[in-house]
Amino acid sequence: MPLDPAYAGHAYPRSEVYEVGRAKIREFAEAIGDANPVYRDPEAAAAAGYPDVIAPPTFPVLLFGKFSIAALVEDEALGLDYGRMVHGDMSFAYQRPVRAGDRLTLVTHIESVMNRAGNDFLNLRVDVDTDDDERVVVARAQLVVRGEQ
Amino acid sequence: MSGTGPAEVAAGSALPPMSVRVTRADLVRYAGAALDFNPIHWNEKTADEVGLPGVIAHGMLTMAIAGRLVTDWLGDPGALLEYGARFIRPVVVPNDETGALVELSGKIREVREDGTARVDVTATFEGKAVLGKAVAIVRLPA
Repeated sequence: MPLDPAYAGHAYPRSEVYEVGRAKIREFAEAIGDANPVYRDPEAAAAAGYPDVIAPPTFPVLLFGKFSIAALVEDEALGLDYGRMVHGDMSFAYQRPVRAGDRLTLVTHIESVMNRAGNDFLNLRVDVDTDDDERVVVARAQLVVRGEQ
Repeated sequence: MSGTGPAEVAAGSALPPMSVRVTRADLVRYAGAALDFNPIHWNEKTADEVGLPGVIAHGMLTMAIAGRLVTDWLGDPGALLEYGARFIRPVVVPNDETGALVELSGKIREVREDGTARVDVTATFEGKAVLGKAVAIVRLPA
């Protein structure tokens, strides 16, 4: 079943809060092989002008998976087939880097749904804010659900 | 030293290139760190069943590694204002010690009046681009 284009404009309820920890940032930095000290050493982060260690630029994808993809997959009416889904693109626009101590929450918006050559294209915008309403990053992603051929 | 520092950039100048090996162990480590447990990134059988040529790297891992090219050059990752990429080809990671070699390069596409610049990043595997439209907008040092 192709995804319903009427889903354009749909937004999911605000996610629960994810508290960003120093250990998780360090683990993420190690997993991408990034040795920058501002990701692991609070003193290096302070010297660079940050109140705590910051997270690598693609760190917000963790929240995208944990909350946005989860919301889509759990939405039975949408009918997204996770097994046929691939990530088409991803982009981030930063107000500032994510940092340890951030209490982040997000809203996932479906901006458009296209059906082309048997494949579905889902364009998403995810607004990531702190729980006291500071915008931190806006992520955009395209998910592609390959048709069954 | 090859490439130019962020303080003295001009359109056309190159960032210091980098190459990174990605092994199956790296994929497992990334899966845990990023909470992305899609089995196509660690299970040969699943990758096979969905028609992939083998276990493939997370597109977001390749994008993260390509981002290092830009943030290493910037020094301060907070000077990265926007970063995006398309995932156009998979990086197939063999079940051995050597893994897959991803080669990265970057070029200043445009220096803007507002003190920002556009950097175009190229990531290749086996000679072919794996990221499309990999673009970073950065704030240049004053």
